[in-house]
Order: sequence, then C-alpha cells, then structure tokens
Amino acid sequence: MGKWLTAKNARAFHRREIPLLHMDELAKDLVRFLGEGLRVVHFYGRAGVEGAVTITAVLADDTDCSLLVSEAHIKSVLKYTSMTVKEHSLHLFERELYEQTGVVPERHPWLKPVRSEPGSHAVVQINKPPLYSTGGPHEVSWGPVRSVTAESGHFRLLCRGEEILHIAIQLGYQHRGVERLFRTGNPMNKASLVESIAGDTVIAHAWAYAMAIEALSGITLSKKAEMMRSVALELERIAMHLECLSGISAGIGFLPGASTYGRLRTAVIDSMLRLSGCRFGRGLVRPGGVLSGVGSGVREHVLRVLDVVDHDTEIINAYLFGSTGVLSRLEGTGVITPAQVWEAGLVGIIAKSTGLPLDSRADQPFGVYEKDHFTPITVSSGDVYARAKIRALEIEQSIKIIRKWFHYGMMIGENMMEPTLLGAGQMVVTMVEGFRGEVSHAIITGHNSEIEYYKVVDTSFHNWMGLALAARGIGISDFPLCNESFGQSCCGHDL
Amino acid sequence: MFDFIKARINQGFQAIKDLRTARPPAEFRGLPVIGEAECPNGCFKCIDVCPVGAITVNPVNVDLRKCIFCPDCRLKCPESKIEFTNDVRMGATRTESLVISRDNRAPVIEADNKAGSIFKRSLKLRLISAGGCNRCELELSALGNVNFDIGRFGIDLVTSPRHADGIVLTGPLTANMAYAVEETWSNVPMPGIVILCGACALSGGLFAGSPVLDRSFLDTLHVDLYIPGCPPHPLTVANALLDFLGR
Repeated sequence: MGKWLTAKNARAFHRREIPLLHMDELAKDLVRFLGEGLRVVHFYGRAGVEGAVTITAVLADDTDCSLLVSEAHIKSVLKYTSMTVKEHSLHLFERELYEQTGVVPERHPWLKPVRSEPGSHAVVQINKPPLYSTGGPHEVSWGPVRSVTAESGHFRLLCRGEEILHIAIQLGYQHRGVERLFRTGNPMNKASLVESIAGDTVIAHAWAYAMAIEALSGITLSKKAEMMRSVALELERIAMHLECLSGISAGIGFLPGASTYGRLRTAVIDSMLRLSGCRFGRGLVRPGGVLSGVGSGVREHVLRVLDVVDHDTEIINAYLFGSTGVLSRLEGTGVITPAQVWEAGLVGIIAKSTGLPLDSRADQPFGVYEKDHFTPITVSSGDVYARAKIRALEIEQSIKIIRKWFHYGMMIGENMMEPTLLGAGQMVVTMVEGFRGEVSHAIITGHNSEIEYYKVVDTSFHNWMGLALAARGIGISDFPLCNESFGQSCCGHDL
Repeated sequence: MFDFIKARINQGFQAIKDLRTARPPAEFRGLPVIGEAECPNGCFKCIDVCPVGAITVNPVNVDLRKCIFCPDCRLKCPESKIEFTNDVRMGATRTESLVISRDNRAPVIEADNKAGSIFKRSLKLRLISAGGCNRCELELSALGNVNFDIGRFGIDLVTSPRHADGIVLTGPLTANMAYAVEETWSNVPMPGIVILCGACALSGGLFAGSPVLDRSFLDTLHVDLYIPGCPPHPLTVANALLDFLGR
C-alpha cells in the first residue's frame, strides 16, 4: 500500500507534499479504499511534459472528515488496467480520463463518449455513439431535445414491451468548455463563469470556487460573510426542492401541488433577488466574501417569506402525502437500494433518500457548518416517494437553519476581504453541499501563481447512473416521473 | 376532501394581475442607465472587471447582447456611472437598439405586423436548450406558472416542434447540439419565428470564444426577437412577446 496525503476540505497544501505512486499501486489502493467505504471525489488526468500524463485521485473519508490525495505519472505507454470492473463507481471517471488525456483504461466495459469534446481522444462522435444492444427488445429514443423546458440530453430506453430493462443515457450536448475557460484570463474574475456551470446551483458552485481561491490566497472570511453564504445556500435549496416537488406533482397530474409549490418557489427566489439582485443568487458570492450584506428590511422580509413557506407547505404536504391516489403513483416506483448507491457511487439527496446520510455539510464541513454541527435527514425507502419526501423534510430543515442564523445576530464584520496573490505550486480541493448533493472544485496552481488546472465535479456527474438503475423494471409511462424525482442537471455533467 | 378544500383556500388567487405594469423588487438588476458624470481620465475599471466585454468607454456603452447583469461594473465605477434599474422591458427586434448609451436609453421592439396577424391570439413555441445552464429554462417554465400565467394570452411552450409556431433558443449553441437544433427547426411549419433568449444565445455570453461552440445556425436565418438577460426575468419575456405581437 502506497502513501496518501491526508487533506481537509478547503485547506490548501503544497504540490510537493502529494505522494507519487506507481499507477498499478494507485489503482490497487483505490480499489481497496473504495471497498472499505471511501468515496471517489476526483479522478482525473492532466497532460505533463513530453507526453506524460499525471493522474490525480482524491477520495473522501466521511467518518474522519478528511480527504486522501495521491498522484501517479503515466509515461510512454498511455494505458493501465481498468478499475471499473472491480469498482463500478469509477466508470464515468475512467471514461472522462480517456476522453481528456488519451490514457486507455484497458478492459473498461464500455468506453463511450462522455462529452465528445472536440479534439478529444475518444474516436466516436456524440451523434453516433457505440450502441449497446440486448438483442431483441424494442427501444424508445428520447432527446436530445426533450420535454418542454428540459435541458438537452439523450435517453435510449431498452424495453421489453412496456417494461424498461435499462436506459442508455448519453450526455454531452450541453458541453460549453467550462474547464478550459478557467485556464485563460484573470483567475479572480471567474465568479460569473462559475455561476453558470449549473444555473440552478449558483451559490454552491460560486462558494466552492470562492473557498478555493480564499484557501490559496490564505485569507479568512468574516463570520458575517460566511453566514450570508449559508443563508443563500439554504434559500437555493428550498427554492429548488420546491421546484422539484412542483415537477413531481405536475408529472402525476396533481395540479394543487404543481401550482402551490410553484408559487411558493416564486416567493423564495424573490427573496433571493432581494439579497443578491438576481432570482438565482448571481452576483452575491465572490472570492473574499459577499458583495452585499443584508439590511434589516431584507432580513425581516426573508423571515416573513419563510413563515409563509413553512405554513403553506405544511398544508400542501399533508394533502400530497396523504392522498392515496398520489401515493399509489409514488410508492414503490423507481426503487434504488443503499447497496446500489454504494456500488454506483451516488451522493447527496439520492443517497439520503435510501437512508445513507451522505452530506458534505456533515461529512466535510465548511464555512458556518464547521461550527454549527449539522445532522442530515434520511428517508429509507429509496423510491419516488422517498425522493419527494426527503425534499419536503429538507425544506423544513433549511427554514429552521436560516431562522437560527438570522437570530444569532452575527451581523458584524466586513462583507469583503481583498484576496491576495494565489500561493504558487499549491493544490486545494473544496466541497460544498448544493441542493442535489456535493459539488467539488479542485485547483492546482503553477510556479507563477497561475491556475494550471481547474477541475469541477458536479453532483450530477456522480448521480446520472442512479436514474438508469432506478428505472429498471418500471413501465415506460413512469419514466418521466422517475426522471423528475431525480431532478438532475445536464450542464453540470457536461460542463 | 378536507385537505383539498384547505389547500385550495390557502392557495387563493396568486396571479400577477397586470404583467405590463408589474415590476420586480427594487434590488433587481434590469435595464442599465448611463449617468451624466464624466469618466476620470484613463479609467477602464468597468472594462477590466466586466467578464463578458459588454462595456466600451468614451462614451460609455453597455451592450445588452453580452451583458449578464452582474453588479461588478457598478461597484467598481468611481463615478457610479452605470446603474441598474428594475425596468424589465428589454426585448428588441433589432440588435442596434440593444447597445445602451446616453443617446439610446432603451431597446426598441417594433411590432411585427405579419407575425402579429397570424399569431396574435395564439403563439406556441418550442424551446431548444443548446447549452443553456437551466436558468433561462427555469425562467421560461416559470412563465407558465400561476404567478405569471402567460397562458392567459394564448402563449404556450409545446413539446413537438410540429405543433410550434416558432422556436426559442437558449444557451450559447454548442457544437454538440448543432445537428439537433437544425433538425428541430426544420420540423417547425413555416413561417416560423426565431427568438433568442438570454446573453448566451444572443452573443455566446460567458462562453463566447469557446472552441466547442457552433453558432453557424444563426448565420442562415432571420432572428425575429432578442431577449437579453442572464436569465431574462419572466416579466421581460412576457412583455417582449406581447410587444412583438402588437398586443
């Protein structure tokens, strides 16, 4: 067993501290650690000198609130034996590695394109992926232009009659080249770009970026700024959970739910607007703090809106979860088990809906959550009902959290600290719990403090496989509902 | 039954009565105004901080095709020359009017008589997300919720392009979506209208210059309506559509 550096969320370390292993050793350790219950956070390669590729692995040890980091070089022959056969949660990471660097994970079961980046090493194009055929069942093709307001992605449903056997999910249509845009221009000026990685996860991504820049430039935030970020993060969670509940209600034709959750979301994002000037929280989080504080008028407004949301969700939740017609559609549909969650490496809300408390606010605490101990809520049934129920419960929890912080009175201190030059030759990994689950950014700086490599892993990168697993055995007509209950992001995956 | 009655009474009437006069809260960053103050000599702070290159100085212009309505230029300007108002009327039928200056204070929509004569009472649109980050998509879907209720004007988003009178494009038009965009457009019955929604669609926005975009689709056809914003507020979209149809 090789050496691994123990790191913490949002604590920068020198690149020379990262142990360098042989690739075979790295692979062996990875399989062993994942088997022992650690999770993969990052696994990527970047081109080095003379055609060599440096492979970095970051694992999360949730029991110890720590991260393990190690690297390996691959020279001359760009290949190694794939780990996916032993640890399925690496399947997408290995495909991405191949596509971005050309390193071949030999014996990988299905190296189909992740994003079809132009100039990538994957030989097949996105409109002509290698198709997996079960030899007989009929197929239903859906996308990339999908339902009315969905992002673009392609689903090929492999069915026997009306029953779904598996879904081949092909994404990459939304690929805009986010990661390479980080490597050009002023690294301090990327907040707007980060806010557009996934437009519904503005605060979580902006926080992950800002926290990384702050760690690299060695500044400490005021409590006020940290609290503002947390309030915004929880508001984002409430708003998007309401959106999802509205979508699930609409998906089963339960109009009172669709309209009530929908108008409550309007009230919540309008409070976000009063905090930040944008309904989605753009222009609030910047490296060094937040751009606007919260005046007493806005504070009272937010608390008033939360009272309304608290009161009205209680009524509509009672109707939704008490209606036998609704329950007959939600219960037992699209079940996913904790074993499958571990196997496929799913995180966040999907893990919590099967009873696994994976939440970086508790496991890898950051910001206010470092001091204010957080306990994740779980539901155990793992079906569409659980994915709806967990959202209703988290809305309640987030309301309580915001109320508590607003009454703490941590309203003193500067909104902004001026960030200084980034430390040269360093690396940092940050994790923030967005409404879907963890989002993680990693930055590596070069000798001149420039950003040498920027890596983003959105929750959806971990979780899309969950949808394919959950849909096995359900009817085609239940698929849109199942998809709605997962509520995943295409552009977060596609970058 | 009692649950239903309770929920229905609690819901009450939620629609915004008049979309034409409604305004978001004062904190909203909408249509910018350029102040009269003189720029200090040799000051380019707004240009330096703008992540999309939407600003030019001497005289100060803000290009709403690129602007993502972040607060950075306003905060950096020593003379507070650029201020954002909560005015949401920003749709335009010609791109020239989207460059805001001291002389051109607001974008202009010329009602399209041809489109108006056909689609005035019923306009069905197909949304295509070609790299959209889900903000424009969420705001367009919010347009149909109980608050904004655009359906009251006969305007709807539909699933099939064959049922649509036109398309709404969001996102910077990624290379991987180029084929699907053309296929979808070729299935819209003519005369179809084309609406670009959001800074990404209008100019590429934050992703302008990214090598993985393919915006050649836009070279071949006439764009009927431009709706700036990142994302555009539902009121911006509603007012732009209604102005365009001459209602």
